[in-house]
Amino acid sequence: MKQPVLALSTVSKAFDQETILDNVSLTVEAGEFITILGPSGCGKTTLLRLVAGFEQPTQGDIVIEGRVVNTVAPHKRRVNTVFQSYALFPHMTVYDNVAFGLSCKNVPRNEIDRRVMDALKSVRLDHFATRKPDQLSGGQQQRVAIARAVVNEPLVLLLDEPLSALDYRLRLDMQLELKRLQRQLGITFILVTHDQEEALSISDRVVVMHDGLVQQVGTPRQIYETPANLQVARFVGAANIFEATIEGIVDQQLDVSFAGRSYRLKNKRSLALQTGQAISVLIRPEDFSVWDRTEVDSEEKAHMIPAVVEDVIYKGSTVDLRLRTESGELIQASEFFDEDDEELNYRVGEPVWAEFQLGWEEILLS
Amino acid sequence: MKMSNRQFKIMAIGFISVWMAIFAALPLLLTFLLSLFKPSTTQVVVPHLTLHNYVDAFHYLYIRIFLHSMLWAVFTTVLCLVVAYPFAYAMAKMPSKYRALSLLLIMVPFWTSSLIRTYAMMTIIKAKGLLNHCLIALHIIHAPLQILYTPVAVEIGLVYTLLPFMILPLYANLEKFDWRLVEAARDLGATPWTSFSKVVLPVSMPGIVSGVLLVFLPSITLFYIPEVLGGAKSFLLGNLIKYQFLDGSNWPLGAAMSTLLLLFLLLMIGLYRLRHQRKNAGLFV
Repeated sequence: MKQPVLALSTVSKAFDQETILDNVSLTVEAGEFITILGPSGCGKTTLLRLVAGFEQPTQGDIVIEGRVVNTVAPHKRRVNTVFQSYALFPHMTVYDNVAFGLSCKNVPRNEIDRRVMDALKSVRLDHFATRKPDQLSGGQQQRVAIARAVVNEPLVLLLDEPLSALDYRLRLDMQLELKRLQRQLGITFILVTHDQEEALSISDRVVVMHDGLVQQVGTPRQIYETPANLQVARFVGAANIFEATIEGIVDQQLDVSFAGRSYRLKNKRSLALQTGQAISVLIRPEDFSVWDRTEVDSEEKAHMIPAVVEDVIYKGSTVDLRLRTESGELIQASEFFDEDDEELNYRVGEPVWAEFQLGWEEILLS
Repeated sequence: MKMSNRQFKIMAIGFISVWMAIFAALPLLLTFLLSLFKPSTTQVVVPHLTLHNYVDAFHYLYIRIFLHSMLWAVFTTVLCLVVAYPFAYAMAKMPSKYRALSLLLIMVPFWTSSLIRTYAMMTIIKAKGLLNHCLIALHIIHAPLQILYTPVAVEIGLVYTLLPFMILPLYANLEKFDWRLVEAARDLGATPWTSFSKVVLPVSMPGIVSGVLLVFLPSITLFYIPEVLGGAKSFLLGNLIKYQFLDGSNWPLGAAMSTLLLLFLLLMIGLYRLRHQRKNAGLFV
């Protein structure tokens, strides 16, 4: 079996008695694009600093290519970092910034020259080699920071919220650029972000963190479609969460009531559940269909939730609705324009029927 | 009546301009004018314009004192820099509550006249002073050290007096330093020394230059420190100029020397600026 490039085993970190990371274990394979996703203060940046070597774990081991590196200084690790606000050396040209790492390692002059120009070409900045950082735009500075790190051919490249300072459009472009670079260079990328959209769109695997704990590790699809717990469900994407009590269990089928209706839901994850237990039912906004009162036959109404439109938000490709059910819950629903619904005309105050696809819901422990 | 922001600006700038004109520009102008008159033994000047004072100022003895003073000033400045840099660096790295205390401690000596502090220094380093008493009591030395009235005493006095002027600009600069740059350097493979010499030092250069400018000039002209601590042998440019005014009664010559010194320093600052600009300009190519 191939050896993982990086492994964290039961790593904890505390500052002044305050636990920032709690018993984190994670294995990263060579060439993976991993995103660490979590709200600010969840410990994700601390995790990155531990891997880079700026902090040492209070407990546990950090293993790079099979070697425990807990106390190895940053400059002796084959790991490089792209810092949040780039931390480019202001007194050096773009070329000298990128060459810095290689000259520290006493790489011969002509090799430095070749590798720096290659790195600058890979981020499309070879014409800016003689500029100073303050003569570049934010996006260009970002690319210099990436070139400065990847020129050293690290085993792992750490990126600390690299796109957070860029405006929306540039951020989307840079996401693609990062993905392309990672494929081209074959280096393992570990990116820290609080932007769930970014995490889902660029990574092979996402590590969701909250309160210093790893909540879930999985592909973007797993994270979004089968979140491990409420924390993940709430943080990744928009979610309707209904609190319900199990009224009866028949062959792994659960009888529950929410939003004023009764349902029989499958226990897809084979959770150990008992009658009387409180659960949360997660339904994504796009899994809700919303019908006009006149569109629905009377026998279909049994599983539909009667509600009133409270807000209509036109988003271009979708219309986002906020519905208030008769039993008082708020439902978010996203309706797509397609051949069935070319119009999607909803008025505030209009009574509607809301329906979700049975089986698309997720049951989580409360 | 409420003053508008614009009125306030005009008033503030006006006040500063008038202040500078009366207390900086006018004395300089008077000094320059004085240097153009013929000296006299019976009155301050004879109303006769001449450039002869400038010729006199280039006497080989004076040039020797000038060179000697320059060497002395360079030495003092370097010494101050070597002591002040680690100090300012440590201060900038301190938690903020200790920073304020350190700043206060640096400022406290300014509340006493530096002349009095120089005399106090004398009582510390004299043959039967505090320093020798302590060293003998600790059995480090057996006979008292002869420091007072030597160049060492002058150097101690100058460095002691001028150190805050080096620390403060350095601190002001290092306090704003983005320490992530050091992390970036370390991350890229720099040893602690490389990250200091290639990143911290060059980025803090403006602080070093201000410190050097603030220390170099006074270390030539602080005449009372060599006079109190150095005895008769320590005669620097500042002492020479003071001598012309107070003891030699040759005001025009003293004024000519002052003017020359001022021009020399302006020239040095100008050269630095020019070099700095050219260095930056070279990178735009």
